[in-house]
Amino acid sequence: MIYKVISKTEFSKFIDALVKHNNAYGPQKVDTGTGGKPIYQFMPVKSADEIDFDYSVTHSSAKHFFLPFRDDLSRFTFEDGNWEQEVRYEAPPLILIGLRPCDISAINMLDEVMLHGPYPSPYYLARRKNTFIIGMDHLPLPDCFCKSMNRHTVNHGFNLFCSDIGDKYYLSINSSKAYSFLKEFMIEEPSYEDNCLLIERRKTIKHSFETNIEVTGLPVFLDIEFDSPIWQKWGDKCLSCGSCAMVCPTCYCYSVEERFDVDLKGSSRQNHLYSCNLLDFAQVAGGHNFRPRNGDRLKYRYYHHYRGFAANDNQQICVGCNRCGRACLADINPKDVINDLRLERESCMICVSPSPDRT
Amino acid sequence: MNHLGFKIDKVKIGSFDFTCCEGCQLQLANKESTLPAFLGLLDIRNFREISSERHDDYDIALVEGSITRSDEVERLKAIRAQAKVLIAFGTCACFGGVNNLKNKIPQDEAVKVVYGDKKVETMPSMKISDIVSVDLMIPGCPVSKAEVERIVVGVVTRSPNNLPKYPVCVDCKQKLNTCLFDLGEVCLGPVTKAGCDAVCPTGKTPCLGCRGPSDDMNFPSFIQIVKEKNLSLDEMQEKLAFYNGFADYLDHES
Repeated sequence: MIYKVISKTEFSKFIDALVKHNNAYGPQKVDTGTGGKPIYQFMPVKSADEIDFDYSVTHSSAKHFFLPFRDDLSRFTFEDGNWEQEVRYEAPPLILIGLRPCDISAINMLDEVMLHGPYPSPYYLARRKNTFIIGMDHLPLPDCFCKSMNRHTVNHGFNLFCSDIGDKYYLSINSSKAYSFLKEFMIEEPSYEDNCLLIERRKTIKHSFETNIEVTGLPVFLDIEFDSPIWQKWGDKCLSCGSCAMVCPTCYCYSVEERFDVDLKGSSRQNHLYSCNLLDFAQVAGGHNFRPRNGDRLKYRYYHHYRGFAANDNQQICVGCNRCGRACLADINPKDVINDLRLERESCMICVSPSPDRT
Repeated sequence: MNHLGFKIDKVKIGSFDFTCCEGCQLQLANKESTLPAFLGLLDIRNFREISSERHDDYDIALVEGSITRSDEVERLKAIRAQAKVLIAFGTCACFGGVNNLKNKIPQDEAVKVVYGDKKVETMPSMKISDIVSVDLMIPGCPVSKAEVERIVVGVVTRSPNNLPKYPVCVDCKQKLNTCLFDLGEVCLGPVTKAGCDAVCPTGKTPCLGCRGPSDDMNFPSFIQIVKEKNLSLDEMQEKLAFYNGFADYLDHES
């Protein structure tokens, strides 16, 4: 990693040059919610002016740049009683600006799933390799809990990361590509003061979290609580609308569909991001549904995020961005569901038995 | 036609309109880029929007509109007797649609408002399944041509195809739309069957539920959400009643 500083005006010029002739996306205010709250999304940008660098958080994550909501896996053409399959992995170069540490951590986790498993995805790899990521730090929102997940900082998975230290950005340069671009602009060695400002900034961020979730030992806890009535309590609120999974930066479950062209001369095999909360997620051939109750479906979403991955891969797949909580109309969010489970067990007065004495 | 060694038969189809705007049938003549290919799958026996020929030997009947006159009942029964598969086509046929709004007032009053003193025979509006059995529903006001194409292709190639079971929110989130509840609106997206590509919320217009309820939708939670957000329950009721797709739920609640 190379560390440099750049003035915000010079940074603007750098971004301008970068996005002008490239396919670039950055945070933009798309609406004003009730109560005057700005709503941001990653939108196509052609100049630095179009980017809201001081945004809070985007409503939807940056996941769909790597895992599109609907994606052609292959095309088939039929001719003379025979067929041919065409598979394309090419992805055009893409620049993503303003990703938060949690967003980048989420992509790093997707790397684990999509690239480091037994069946690496060439579709994902093409997009991942051809995407230039510029991260930016931010002060947490009241409901962000990425610090509980230890995802409030990130040290890989980006090309360039910018920490806001007042009039300048403190740059962590993590790729030769980023460095060779930046060399053309006025960047400086960080001074003693710049380093102090960076440490201060990190401290401020670290101490600004208002929401914490206790995730230590959560996998075991979830195992014990498999039959807890808490699941159906939250399930009764769940609309099974899949909004949580769509905005989530790490939910990657999908379904595969075959679609014929109307002229029957070709077809495509598509994957379609799905959600374990949707009614027919666990429906199998013959019509049997393994999870007909929304409480069960909700439970398995939590199991996937907080148990399965922690048990198998030593990390929970949630980054603590709380996008699911914000998108949920029924106000179902990880903090409340997990605290509810913990409280139920930890405040249980029926089966109080003392721990064995130390010998 | 031959497709990968399978013999493909054109679908002998008849399309019939009852009380409606014929907008759904018109959709079938839209989407010009694939229109010739689409018509290539069909043996049109009776379809006044597309052909002036009239034959009565169709296998599949698309029935559009709701039933509001006694002669329509007889005509519908005759279509049912001929068709191997009867498809309720569009929101009016599936649920009664906008026409059902007139059921809320006395029928002679409704006639007077629209036709003045002219005598018109009418009766309360009914959906197709109130009168004959329906094999498949393709809801939508209007229907989505892309969805109809998928269904017809599925029939022709004998491959499975289903309407989505999940609600509109899935498609809406995939379009990166701002949730209309966040803008202070009551939107029926969370309880309405998807498949429309969330076209209304994408245009910042709340969903009015033209495709009817999504499978196993959570109505009690939906009402609770509208209440907790201090949005108008009257507005919610009005929207739920608009296309009559949620009649079963409204009856239980009131």
